[in-house]
Amino acid sequence: MKGKVHLYGDHVDTDQIIPGAYTKTLDVDELASHVFEYLDPDFRTRMNSGDFVVAGENFGCGSSREQAPLALKAAGIAAVVASSFARIFYRNAINIGLSVVEVGPHEIENGSELEIDLKAGALTDLTAQRTYPTAKIPAVMLDILNEGGLVPYLKKHGDYQL
Amino acid sequence: MSQTAVEKILSQHVGQPVRPDELVIVPVDTIMASDATAPYAIRAFEEMGGGDLWRPDKVILVIDHAAPAPNQRIGNLHQMMRKFAQEKGCRLYDVGAGICHQVMVENRHAQPGEVVIGADSHSCAYGAVGAFATGVGSTDLAALMRTGKTWLKIPPTIRIELTGRLPAGTVAKDVILFLVGQLGLNGASYQAIEYTGEAIDGLTLAGRMTLASMSVEMGAKAGIVDPRGLELPYRFEPVWADKQAHYSQVLRFDLSNLSPQISVPHSPDQVVPLEDVQGTRVTMAFIGTCTNGRFEDLQAAAAVLKGRSIAPHVRMIIAPASREVFNQALQEGVVETLSQAGATFVTPGCGPCVGTHLGVPGDEEVVISSANRNFRGRMGNPNAKIYLASPAVVAATALCGVITDPGQVMEKTTSSS
Repeated sequence: MKGKVHLYGDHVDTDQIIPGAYTKTLDVDELASHVFEYLDPDFRTRMNSGDFVVAGENFGCGSSREQAPLALKAAGIAAVVASSFARIFYRNAINIGLSVVEVGPHEIENGSELEIDLKAGALTDLTAQRTYPTAKIPAVMLDILNEGGLVPYLKKHGDYQL
Repeated sequence: MSQTAVEKILSQHVGQPVRPDELVIVPVDTIMASDATAPYAIRAFEEMGGGDLWRPDKVILVIDHAAPAPNQRIGNLHQMMRKFAQEKGCRLYDVGAGICHQVMVENRHAQPGEVVIGADSHSCAYGAVGAFATGVGSTDLAALMRTGKTWLKIPPTIRIELTGRLPAGTVAKDVILFLVGQLGLNGASYQAIEYTGEAIDGLTLAGRMTLASMSVEMGAKAGIVDPRGLELPYRFEPVWADKQAHYSQVLRFDLSNLSPQISVPHSPDQVVPLEDVQGTRVTMAFIGTCTNGRFEDLQAAAAVLKGRSIAPHVRMIIAPASREVFNQALQEGVVETLSQAGATFVTPGCGPCVGTHLGVPGDEEVVISSANRNFRGRMGNPNAKIYLASPAVVAATALCGVITDPGQVMEKTTSSS
């Protein structure tokens, strides 16, 4: 998949991804309408479906709200790329079928074009003409992601399989 | 094989010795979801096929994050939880029972040596009683409702040795703020923390919960407190770490010169000694949360405010951690002292911590809070500033209207009497 980069820094916490006040709803479009509301109020008007969020260390730290990856996914973000992820966000993203790519330290710039091949674990910065190695997703998580999330995974398998 | 406390607990549950970084499927003892996470968990559970819960007696739902419901939409989400609990036969603690983590510990749903998973990041608080406890999101919890199991990467353990005696005027909150400042927001990412040492042996259960709850502010998967000195209202078998256990890091801090600590806007790890920001004007003071809303926290605030009135420009909001906490505070005159000083009590629960209701600050307001997070907008307004400190500091600050070391106002009481 190919898309444009929206770049953020380190420690983007869940309150910045979706403020707590807007999390109490089952309407994911409602969640999407508040994504990055404090951090980047114009994000929704600038972004296009299929774009990527790229960040630094510890993306998604803070609360366990699954509404954070849900809001990003519902807004049309195809994948989140970060130097590292907070663990609950990482699990949640995979469980709801949002692709997450751990890339380590990087020099990706805002507005760049990226190409991501999840299966091959390849990430290419097309603008800077540079490829980055990506961290391997644990096998169980890859299985869950390949099924489209934990709901379809458990529907199919009935139980966890290592 | 020598093991850390966390490795022991997880080995017992998995049924074979486990090592750090190993992927395992672990059967759990109890699971929990709040009104912030249960609605999505219930929906995912139904989408997975619905039917019976793995064990209805081991599934705990708590309405605490937006309780009582501030609007129609949330009122309906609460109804969804009540209906689910009734149909499936699981336990639901309704509006006013208290904060999920307090309710879990008070009602013995989280006990030493157990594996307890909550759909709330501060579930790590149960490490206070010696449980392996961690937070997950709604869909993971839905899978647990179905299977009673989850997958886990065994976390390496960081041992934090706290030596020396805590100086008078410092409490568990100062210890954990200091540690979060030292380690940073991701200093313990994907790892477990074992807190040990003479400085914390004397901590009460409340203080231990303060410590364990903020483990997640360092990115930790779990934070478990050495059971030495632990007192619980029931008999229990503590899980001790082996002396030869292998730790990913051993960090030692001498706390004998610790001073009151404060986290400044906008991140919990921006921690400085209180004296660095003394005199900062505040307009809102909040005591509560799973980190510092217990009886001894209210009592500490009452000790500062007894016979006094808070500054006229300050609103002071108190959300007791549970009904049990509130009742004890009522019986012991703590509620009266605080109310007469000008504090306002709200429903036992999360209160204004999560920015949903019960005290959203206005633009440019400065809040002093006993909570665990001060990310920008955490309390519902990105244009407000939040400082985090111990309940006594919050009370002294409410009293003076500026950030104040309680030691100073308490000394005045002593010298004038």
